[in-house]
Amino acid sequence: MQYLLLIYANEAEADKMREAGMKEMMDAYRTFTQSIIEKGNFKAGDALQRTSNATTVRVRNGKTMTTDGPFAETREQLGGYYLIEAKDLDEATSIAARVPSAKIGSIEVRPIMVYS
Amino acid sequence: MTAAPLRLGSARREHRMRDGEIERIFRDEAGRVLATLIRLVGDFELAEEAMQDAFAAALEQWTALPANPRAWLVNVGRNKAIDRIRRQIRLRAKRRYIEAEAIVASQALPPAADEDAFGDDMLRLIFTCCHPALSMETRVALTLRAICGLTTEAVARAFLVNEETMAQRLVRAKRKIRGAGIPYATPSADMLDERLDGVLAVIYLVFSEGYAGTSGAALMREDLAREAIRLGRLLEELLPGRSAIAGLLALMLLHDARRAARATADGDIILLDDQDRSQWDQAQIADGLALVERALRAPERPSVYTVQAAISALHARARHHQDTDWPQIVGLYEVLVRLQPSPVVELNHAAAVSMVDGPARALDLIDALTARGDLAGYHLLPSVRANLLNRLGRREEARAAYQEALVLAKLDPERRLIVKRLAELE
Repeated sequence: MQYLLLIYANEAEADKMREAGMKEMMDAYRTFTQSIIEKGNFKAGDALQRTSNATTVRVRNGKTMTTDGPFAETREQLGGYYLIEAKDLDEATSIAARVPSAKIGSIEVRPIMVYS
Repeated sequence: MTAAPLRLGSARREHRMRDGEIERIFRDEAGRVLATLIRLVGDFELAEEAMQDAFAAALEQWTALPANPRAWLVNVGRNKAIDRIRRQIRLRAKRRYIEAEAIVASQALPPAADEDAFGDDMLRLIFTCCHPALSMETRVALTLRAICGLTTEAVARAFLVNEETMAQRLVRAKRKIRGAGIPYATPSADMLDERLDGVLAVIYLVFSEGYAGTSGAALMREDLAREAIRLGRLLEELLPGRSAIAGLLALMLLHDARRAARATADGDIILLDDQDRSQWDQAQIADGLALVERALRAPERPSVYTVQAAISALHARARHHQDTDWPQIVGLYEVLVRLQPSPVVELNHAAAVSMVDGPARALDLIDALTARGDLAGYHLLPSVRANLLNRLGRREEARAAYQEALVLAKLDPERRLIVKRLAELE
């Protein structure tokens, strides 16, 4: 099965970490990504720019409305993702637990919909 | 898709087995039959439908009990599942059904007498039903339905929701199992302890609801306690030698052994010190004592269940209330506070301290607990306080504390007990 691991963390805290020197976190991510590539679990993955650079689009009554930022103020923001291949949810959650940001934020594990 | 209705007492069966006997077999075997069918057909809902088909076939066909009813039901259920998949192929001719049929048809049936194979299937299903990706209430409902074989209606009754709501909850749970890829598997060794804790939490919740349920009819609660004990025994059989399981089973047996003595015929609460100990179930106590001793001898750190069982064992061993080994109970509560810090455990600890060091020392602990505010709104806090104040001869303050407790107590039996205590103060 394929799962999307959505990485949520507090951007303000991430900024503070960046100022304090992100090297440790970057290294941890590099090691983690390398390990899931080697095991064949990795399909895709990216980090996202801050939500202040985000734009939200919705269409209501045929009219396109474009607004600044994400829809709601939340404590944690989507900061990146991995698309992985895993045998089952147990494998997916054990991979999610190894995402470095799991220690400071949270990882949402979403199975990918299969149309048949 | 609804299951075929069970036609009890079908006219087509000439030499009828007693319906009660067949139903009892269904009830006893449902968990294992379902667990093995899920492994064979790979899908929860299909396995459930196939099991209902097999039950219906048994009601039609059994004139006498087959040599191995479980193997009969699994075999017929598997064939019914293949029939159902074939029907889907005819209806939709989709590739996934054709693949599904090939997979099911290639699965070997377990040898009829292979208890281990059935046991392994059952254990896998227990871990699926108690998977942490499901909400706690869903885990409990699914376990009662699939493992204990309770009807959806009975599960609904236990949780005071209507049958439709419970049926929906169960359907959503099965969809999540399939959709999210929750495995039918015993967790790997590195995850087993953690996941076992989750299973034990489900069983303990079922038991607590049955033992001290805040709602629901007494009869249903008794059933839940019995189911929890049955689950504990099953788990103990499937994963032998794990002290946490033995500890939980001991705890449930020892608590449940006091059931008959815990309330008057009118439903009034009888506290431990006033219980008629001759009404305690001694066979069950002996069972519980043996288990708790085994759990305590295990090399690993005792689980919270084992420590609680050890406390319960000391009460069970005391022939009279005044024979209770309070110093040891205080010691065990101190262990428990460290293992599982909780204000309720601290409250129990203080009550035990009053039996060793006297009510004045215990009152200091209670006042400190009250000042922290963690138990604000919990009626047992002022109740225990009132008891201590009364023992210290401070009757006016005791009365005020009982009155405070009366405001907070929600259940009728609790309120009646407090009213009785107030009357005794006069």
